[in-house]
Amino acid sequence: MGDVPKTAPVEHADTEVDSDVALDLVVDRPWVTIVWNDPVNLMSYVAYVFRTYFGYTEEKADTLMMAVHQEGRAVVSSGGREEMERHVQAMHDYGLWATVQKDEA
Amino acid sequence: MKPFSRRRRGGVTATFDAGEAALLANLARQVIELLRDRHGESVADSDPLAAQLGLDGPSLPPEDPVLRRLLPDAYSGEESGESGEFRRYTEQALTAAKVSHAEAVLSSLVVGGYDPDAGEIRGQEPVEVELGPEAVQAWLKSLTDIRLAIAVRLGIETEEDAARVAVSDDDAVAAMGDVYDWLGYVQESLVSVLG
Repeated sequence: MGDVPKTAPVEHADTEVDSDVALDLVVDRPWVTIVWNDPVNLMSYVAYVFRTYFGYTEEKADTLMMAVHQEGRAVVSSGGREEMERHVQAMHDYGLWATVQKDEA
Repeated sequence: MKPFSRRRRGGVTATFDAGEAALLANLARQVIELLRDRHGESVADSDPLAAQLGLDGPSLPPEDPVLRRLLPDAYSGEESGESGEFRRYTEQALTAAKVSHAEAVLSSLVVGGYDPDAGEIRGQEPVEVELGPEAVQAWLKSLTDIRLAIAVRLGIETEEDAARVAVSDDDAVAAMGDVYDWLGYVQESLVSVLG
């Protein structure tokens, strides 16, 4: 380390910070849209919303709907925060109980 | 009610007794009133985009439990503190959208022959509604809002609550429960023809 100029440790530190940020971008938990179970919304309607709004296949929509119904909640989409906020707003328009948060996994 | 069916040229149609149409219109109007109570006529009348571009809305959730269910918090988990900020920028647009869905239901009923000013229901013709793709979406959403509102008033928070209401000894609760069930039937009939 004898020949390293005085500024080197600072630069080195910067590099370490940058790589930490990059690591976060890869491994950080994504944002998710969660739909919660409620006793009001019809199962057929919830599956319909998943098909028409998210464009999911009938099979995937039904699987997610059953997960909401039986487990009380299901992650129906994951990705960027703003996209998840749009999804939640749309779910509220449909009358589904939905929230956005960081994935807990 | 004659349940929803598909029309050959697209769209769906259903026929309501005059009393059923009046009931549905009354409930749609109540939802509109409730939403306007929170935001006032001007916001609820404007279109969603204008509301979105307009002044900030409230950041605190509504105190009324029905409104809190129709306009719920958007964040959960560790991020639940973000709900107020999100509400400030989105609640007015969501409110305007919900008002417009209920207004679409009213207008379909009027086009189908429902007369909002008629005093006596007896002897009136059935109301036949015909819904295009946009009206279908408005009906699905507004029927949901109405059912959510009634469910909150009936204290339905679990599947067991719903079963309890259905067999209630309280005549008023049982009557509201019948309306709730009927609205579920209407919505189920609409969803079933959409494929």
